[in-house]
Amino acid sequence: MPTYILKRFLQLIPVFLGATLLVYFLVFSLPGDPIVALFGDKPVNEAVAAKLRAQYNLDQPFWMQYLLYLKSIFTFDLGQDFSGRPIAAVLGEVFPVTARLAIMALIFEGVFGIVFGLIAGLRKGKFFDATVLVASLVVIGIPIFVLGFLLQFTIGVQLGWAKPTVSSAATVPDLILPAIVLGLGSFAYVLRLTRTSVIENMNADYVRTATAKGLSRFQVVRVHILRNSLIPVITFLGADLGALMGGAIVTEGIFNVPGVGNRLYRAVLSGEGPTVVSIVTVLVLIYCLSNLLVDLLYGWLDPRIRYDS
Amino acid sequence: MTPDNTTTARHADSRRPAPRTAHFVADVSETPLQVTDRVKDEAAPLSLWGEAWKNLRRQPLFLISAFLILVVVAVSLFPGLFSPIDPTSEACQLANSDAGPAAGHPLGFTQQGCDVYARVIFGTRSSVTVGLFTTIGVLLIGGILGAVAGYYGGWIDSVLARINDIFFALPLILGAIVLMQLPMLRANKTVGTLVLILIIFGWPQIARITRGAVIEVRNADFVTAARSLGVSKFGALMRHVMPNSLAPIIVVATISLGTFIVAESTLSFLGIGLPPSVMSWGNDIQAAQASLRSNPMPLLYPAIALSITVLSFIMLGDALRDALDPKARKR
Repeated sequence: MPTYILKRFLQLIPVFLGATLLVYFLVFSLPGDPIVALFGDKPVNEAVAAKLRAQYNLDQPFWMQYLLYLKSIFTFDLGQDFSGRPIAAVLGEVFPVTARLAIMALIFEGVFGIVFGLIAGLRKGKFFDATVLVASLVVIGIPIFVLGFLLQFTIGVQLGWAKPTVSSAATVPDLILPAIVLGLGSFAYVLRLTRTSVIENMNADYVRTATAKGLSRFQVVRVHILRNSLIPVITFLGADLGALMGGAIVTEGIFNVPGVGNRLYRAVLSGEGPTVVSIVTVLVLIYCLSNLLVDLLYGWLDPRIRYDS
Repeated sequence: MTPDNTTTARHADSRRPAPRTAHFVADVSETPLQVTDRVKDEAAPLSLWGEAWKNLRRQPLFLISAFLILVVVAVSLFPGLFSPIDPTSEACQLANSDAGPAAGHPLGFTQQGCDVYARVIFGTRSSVTVGLFTTIGVLLIGGILGAVAGYYGGWIDSVLARINDIFFALPLILGAIVLMQLPMLRANKTVGTLVLILIIFGWPQIARITRGAVIEVRNADFVTAARSLGVSKFGALMRHVMPNSLAPIIVVATISLGTFIVAESTLSFLGIGLPPSVMSWGNDIQAAQASLRSNPMPLLYPAIALSITVLSFIMLGDALRDALDPKARKR
């Protein structure tokens, strides 16, 4: 097991380096000078431009820039954004908000997706199953920003059950509606995944054995069907954490959540290359680590999977 | 029908003399496989696609989604046939700002006084174009790379798998946002650049699916047979492996077409997709967002059009999966 963890961890390194290199390359070395773009329509002040270039290492050759950037990541010295604040402090402010939002979305999609999927799977072909299947397709089909506006308008504005926008503190009750919107698409996936998995397991030999030896229906479902069906679902949920954090940009925009997506969006609009690269790097890191976590969870959930072979 | 009825029916059948046939057919009383007997064995066997088509024709999900897609394609090809008003040439009347439905303007007006119905009809084209061309590009790049990786294996596979992992770590929208902020792209936002960017971040999924499908087929008996008859390795890939791995690729491509349409409208909605001068549902939703509370209709109608279009591609993919994937069909 320790060898496996080490091996998986080492495999992450090229992915992480590759992804950061890709983003760094895209932001800083394609034609078009980000520093000149900062001046907009105003004439470029060469002295200021040169100072900025030196500050962001843009006067160095590309490989040197990237290596210096890697160094700054590992020393947590990410430099300053264009308004002069340390980027590390900005990240420390916005990441907890988005993490809260993403985890709430994950809980929502996990709990509701598994419960609905389990019921639908157990009643395969019945009315509930058919309804849930069609409804989940519709949810997958409607883009997240349409869903966001619909829920914001109906629940937030017309019914007044929740605040249509989030306060700057972004407390848990504030985030309920945005978290539901963020998690809805994945909720439909979790539901369908659980359903398929439950249907597959219902016909397994061990389920027949469990029923035959006289276990109650509840015991059979809970211990033998549900636990075995959850393996692919957990994989999806783990990988989804990274996707949710990276995909929160639209939801955060609609509900005005002061999180990563919002900050990234503003950085993109104002052409703040360094901030963009830093945020994307952290997102890539979260994606890689959550995938690693899922791989390790796999063996714990399903002892049939051996790491050593 | 009760079990008793079946037995009596079988008895009655067995008393009849066996029908004269050129080949041996077991007496009905000897085998309950009446269904097998009913199969026309002189008819040519149906291919995977023939069988799929037979299944699909009876599926309401397929019929509805195929009809909707035909309508959407027709609208995007000839928007003028569906809307008497041409919003590309007729200026919007500010006097009509936020007005409700009127004669000839069934869906009312936007804040700028533009006819909502005409804009929804004429906005179809950019969504469909982006979705279609991105899918074609992704199929070409992802299909070729995935097929090569899966078929040849070895170090090519390892290298491509790592590259794939790298791109997977950057979600489609996130990658597109990072790219769109580049000065060179921000200056010329067109359908072409948007398609290019979506292809750059969209190909890994198709590559992964193609690789899996090719690996499943590459060691099949008919491939070995073709190779031993002297077909070159590449020839076997093109003539035998690819045609037999197409099913899952087509399913995923259909669903991703919907995803790319969503990506286009999401980027336009964020203000970094198509420029505001291009008519698109994403742009219209973005423009209507400001007056959402006083006049939600201009936001609602393009959103409905967008959702129906995306939904029909996802439903089509779902129906195709059921028809083409024998493993899923068994369930």
